[in-house]
Amino acid sequence: MLHLDRVGVRLGSFTLSADWQAAAGERLAVIGPSGGGKSTLLMAIAGFVALAEGRVLWQGRDLGPMAPGERPVSILFQDQNLFPHLTLRENLGLGLSPRLRLGPRDRERIEAALERVGLSGLGDARPGRLSGGQQGRAALARALLRARPILLLDEPFAALGPALKSEMLTLVAEIAAETQATVLMVTHDPEDTRRFAGRTVLVAEGLAQPPRETEALFADPPPALRHYLGT
Amino acid sequence: MARRAGALIVAAALAALTLGPLALVMARAGGGALGAADWAALRFTILQAALSSLVSVLLAVPVARALARRSFPGRGLMIALLGAPFLLPVIVAVLGIIAVFGRAGLFNRGFEALGLAPLSIYGLHGVVLAHVFFNMPFAVRLILQGWLAIPSERFRLAAALGFGPSDVARHLERPMLREVLPGVVLVVFVICLSSFAVALTLGGGPRATTVELAIYQALRFEFDLGRAALLAALQFTICGAAVLATGAVALPSAFGAGLDRAAVPFAPRGWRRVADALVLTAAAAFLLLPMAMVAARGLPGLFQLPPEVWAAAGRSLSVALPSAFLSVSGALVLALASPRFGLVATLPLAASSLVLGTGLFLAVHPFLNPTLVALPVTMLVNAVLSLPFAYRILAPEARALEADYGRLAQALGLGGLARLRWLTLPRLRRPLGFALGVSAALAMGDLGVIALFAGEGGATLPLLVQRLMGAYRLEQAAGAALLLVLTSFALFWIFDRGGRHAAS
Repeated sequence: MLHLDRVGVRLGSFTLSADWQAAAGERLAVIGPSGGGKSTLLMAIAGFVALAEGRVLWQGRDLGPMAPGERPVSILFQDQNLFPHLTLRENLGLGLSPRLRLGPRDRERIEAALERVGLSGLGDARPGRLSGGQQGRAALARALLRARPILLLDEPFAALGPALKSEMLTLVAEIAAETQATVLMVTHDPEDTRRFAGRTVLVAEGLAQPPRETEALFADPPPALRHYLGT
Repeated sequence: MARRAGALIVAAALAALTLGPLALVMARAGGGALGAADWAALRFTILQAALSSLVSVLLAVPVARALARRSFPGRGLMIALLGAPFLLPVIVAVLGIIAVFGRAGLFNRGFEALGLAPLSIYGLHGVVLAHVFFNMPFAVRLILQGWLAIPSERFRLAAALGFGPSDVARHLERPMLREVLPGVVLVVFVICLSSFAVALTLGGGPRATTVELAIYQALRFEFDLGRAALLAALQFTICGAAVLATGAVALPSAFGAGLDRAAVPFAPRGWRRVADALVLTAAAAFLLLPMAMVAARGLPGLFQLPPEVWAAAGRSLSVALPSAFLSVSGALVLALASPRFGLVATLPLAASSLVLGTGLFLAVHPFLNPTLVALPVTMLVNAVLSLPFAYRILAPEARALEADYGRLAQALGLGGLARLRWLTLPRLRRPLGFALGVSAALAMGDLGVIALFAGEGGATLPLLVQRLMGAYRLEQAAGAALLLVLTSFALFWIFDRGGRHAAS
């Protein structure tokens, strides 16, 4: 279980607070106006933003003392998810060993992951040669290899067209199921939210509200969401 | 954490290597008083630096303007040529300048043919001429950046409003120059303040001695350590004051990008076009003639150099390579750490080669013969003095790397040596190669501290060239000078090329 225990973040005059829980293996959408703190919420869980108060716990363990790489977390940023000077195989290898000390077993797993996301045969390519969709797949393949129990997606597919994006969401859902990961996905698109997530976190006005059933939330939107959706 | 610890160690070593010798100099200088000759040296130092910087910048403005508004075949080559004097060993350039402007040089032969009296190159005007040779192109590059930083939309608007050249100058160019020029003048002034090799070869005597040269004479000829220390303290005071003054002025960066933007399509026609062509031709000739003379005079002697020249070249390489690696590694460690370390990285700018040399001489000579450590000391001083340049090249790139990929590396737990190997070195190949090339070429051509320490047989190549000149073995000097400049440029080319190649 992911537990945000009276979490408070302060960045200058910007504040964000959250106090709720998500079950292991659950898929949550994070929605709200830009500048509201969606990314900040993910950065706080991943360890890139220090907490002013409260704790982030996973299965009862405080993540506070852990460096970002040590946390039970994989994260996909909006961009720069792959190192452009390394091959895809090396980029994926970093998910298994940051020193890139890879045994035969690791190499097999990398090939399997590439195949799983439909990139087999591209292991020697550098990211610059790939399309945006393929880059997203490669980053997902690395998350698959790392198999951390929490997967955070900070709009990594925002630049993709609707068809590609929906394909990616399907892939995310499959990978989340395979690794039994808890997923938090930031999105701008109510449609994505409905398709992807059983429950949704609304982030607005400095507060990440406790997750609510997605359908119920959209059926009866609170004022902040109504304002955001323009309905 | 490891990065911070590394940066602290480098910063401490750098501070010890700059402030330590200074402390020794100050302690030794205490109580002494400046004599008349010392005041003359101080006056000459400031006078020549002021003249050099003003003349360099005045000449640089029309060249930069012509480069900014004209496009012609060879423009890129011309801009590259402007970078060459920075890497050219001072002693080589001096030889070339003498070949053009000296007693038996091209100009005086022309004067003779016209029945005019020959001009002497020695003294104030010779020193200023050499400094203009080095710093005018440098100033052009800095001012050109100012020109190219004016958005092209601004020129488009000016053209749409029917501005003439004088309106463009008034509304666009002069405001830019007012902002850029003070910084450029000051930078050139600071560089010329610690002029040693130029003063050693073209100056000298009671009327044309810089403080740096006076330090050398006090140490080498009079062996008056107290006076040398006093002069070193004086030199540090003026350099430190000038560097502090640069802190108050917005400093242009020497290695910025963007020099290859296509020229604006609204260049004035008519006589201004002719004038620009003349300005560019004159500037190119001023830079190329001395270099061509070095090549022409050196070539015959290049294949029959005495063995002492090859030995000196070997010594220079053994100084230049470790110095470059030391300097660039130190700069990289500081560049990867927090920007606060930038202040430490600029510390050596206030120290000069001879000031550091005097301090290290004071530190060493009670225990052993300074000639024994001439090469290690030269290596160390060069590493310290080129670190600020290497830092300026690396710091912006290191910061961009951190901004682009720092979080990803952290998220993947990529740290320590693995991060260096898989992220930092491959991504920074290009600036690292460039910085190594610049540092190695500078150390290869350095004629400063080595003159204080070297004994009869231990000269580096630049020092040997100077000694051959002094002994009027001009043919051998020309051959050795050509070897020196070829080695310096080759070092730069190999490292720079290596960085570019691996990065692509």
